[in-house]
Amino acid sequence: MIGNMETYVLQIFNGISVSSILMLAALGLAIIFGLMKIINMAHGELIMIGAYVTFVTQNIFLSYVDKNLFDIYFLLALPAAFIVTAFIGYLLEITIVRHLYGRPLDSLLATWGVSLVLQQLARSIFGAPNVDVRSPQWLNGGMIIFSNLQLPYKRLFIMLLVVLCIGGVYYFLYKTTGGRRIRAVMQNRTMAQSLGINTRKVDAMTFAIGSGLAGIAGCALTLLGSIGPTLGTNYIIDTFMVVVLGGVGTIIGTVVGAGIIGLGNTIFEFFTDASLGKVLVFTVVILFLQWRPQGFFTIKSRSLDE
Amino acid sequence: MNVLDVIGLNAYYGDSIILKNINLSIKQGQVVCLLGRNGVGKTTFLKSIMGLVKTPNSSIMFDGTEIAKMPTYSRALQGISYVPQGRDIFPQLSVYENLLLGLERTKNKSALNESIYELFPVLKTMLKRKGGDLSGGQQQQLAIARALVSNPKLLLLDEPTEGIQPSVIQEIARVIKKLKNKGNITMLIVEQYLEFVLGVADYFYVLDKGCIVMEGATKDNEPQQIQAKIAI
Repeated sequence: MIGNMETYVLQIFNGISVSSILMLAALGLAIIFGLMKIINMAHGELIMIGAYVTFVTQNIFLSYVDKNLFDIYFLLALPAAFIVTAFIGYLLEITIVRHLYGRPLDSLLATWGVSLVLQQLARSIFGAPNVDVRSPQWLNGGMIIFSNLQLPYKRLFIMLLVVLCIGGVYYFLYKTTGGRRIRAVMQNRTMAQSLGINTRKVDAMTFAIGSGLAGIAGCALTLLGSIGPTLGTNYIIDTFMVVVLGGVGTIIGTVVGAGIIGLGNTIFEFFTDASLGKVLVFTVVILFLQWRPQGFFTIKSRSLDE
Repeated sequence: MNVLDVIGLNAYYGDSIILKNINLSIKQGQVVCLLGRNGVGKTTFLKSIMGLVKTPNSSIMFDGTEIAKMPTYSRALQGISYVPQGRDIFPQLSVYENLLLGLERTKNKSALNESIYELFPVLKTMLKRKGGDLSGGQQQQLAIARALVSNPKLLLLDEPTEGIQPSVIQEIARVIKKLKNKGNITMLIVEQYLEFVLGVADYFYVLDKGCIVMEGATKDNEPQQIQAKIAI
């Protein structure tokens, strides 16, 4: 009986763990797709860039920094991944995405092209085979719950990171002047301009922040396995699914959407197998969206145009 | 001194010309009204001043500065506040946040002057509600309040009485007169409601088919004559 309970606890933990990774990957997309209405197919590649930034940070530490300090590289890789990816997102915005506002289909095609270019670029720079990122020592091992049940620190760390990121994004969007400005621009661009807001600057900054969050997700993914140029493509469908399921434009929706898809994946996989599990999850999502096309959390308002 | 001098303004939507060679001036502290029927270009004129439509070969002097080539947000930063026809309240933001966004033009973006609630007491009771949940009249008051919190040099009001119950129209007229008596604000009001205009405006222009066809001080002109120009 005890053995059974351990299995269930482990399955639930795995489900939450998968959810937390999805949340992290989808959070940036919730801003870029949810707020800016840009179907950013290159989001997965921004995740990939974050992962490679971590890889590079690790290599710099291996080559130039004292061995005893190696374990702190990961703490530096996180902000580095955010900054580098945000900067690349910023460049993407000012060169390509700025022409695509209000043109969802074009944004889909153009960003898909960007994603292919970035993948190839990664292949040219780092080579096609996957590379390994060594996790810091303090994240190895796990928290022992029962004699034969152990929760890995890495996954617990990712969960903590997710909580911090969601809290940070929420605080930024809803409690600061910059966040207020972003929400105003996304709701009514013309009026925001008329109030003296430089909407071009806000657009570029918002896209950069969404991209930076993808970078953090990529950094976290290095803890779970080797990374390669196609790292992001594995996540892009799931992350879009999370944002759509949760309800476009709400952070709480992203959290709930990721929770459902992550737990659903694990539960269905447990009772069937990996591919059938995925099919079942997507079937459930499709049926749900038939019933509620707006997703879980819809934005209700008296205004008719939204 | 003139706050606004519009000289030879042409405005286009795409290739079709909406306004032809408009000249209009507003003196410091004046309330000027732009009258006209539907579809003659009144709203387009306000949008031209804000830079929301194309105005090639035109000159717009605001407070001694040429603003015709500036982007919209720079014009706002120069000291122009705009209340558009649809009010354009941010629907998902609270009333308080909507008011704070009115301060984007100023240096201190979170210091809301309490005196705005004296002009619009109704707003104080609903600060936490979403802008989109307010009634049309409340949204109009919020839009005017949002335009006023930054103490603009020029206030542009687009049909403030449209679709609003009479008691709220009176409330808005009261606010406009109050601001006018204080004398530190200049206003350009686009309107069709003649009675409202005659109560608040010093000077008027009548627009028809994209051109100014009549102008004068409100006290020198018979209401019937003006009415004849804007009647259908």
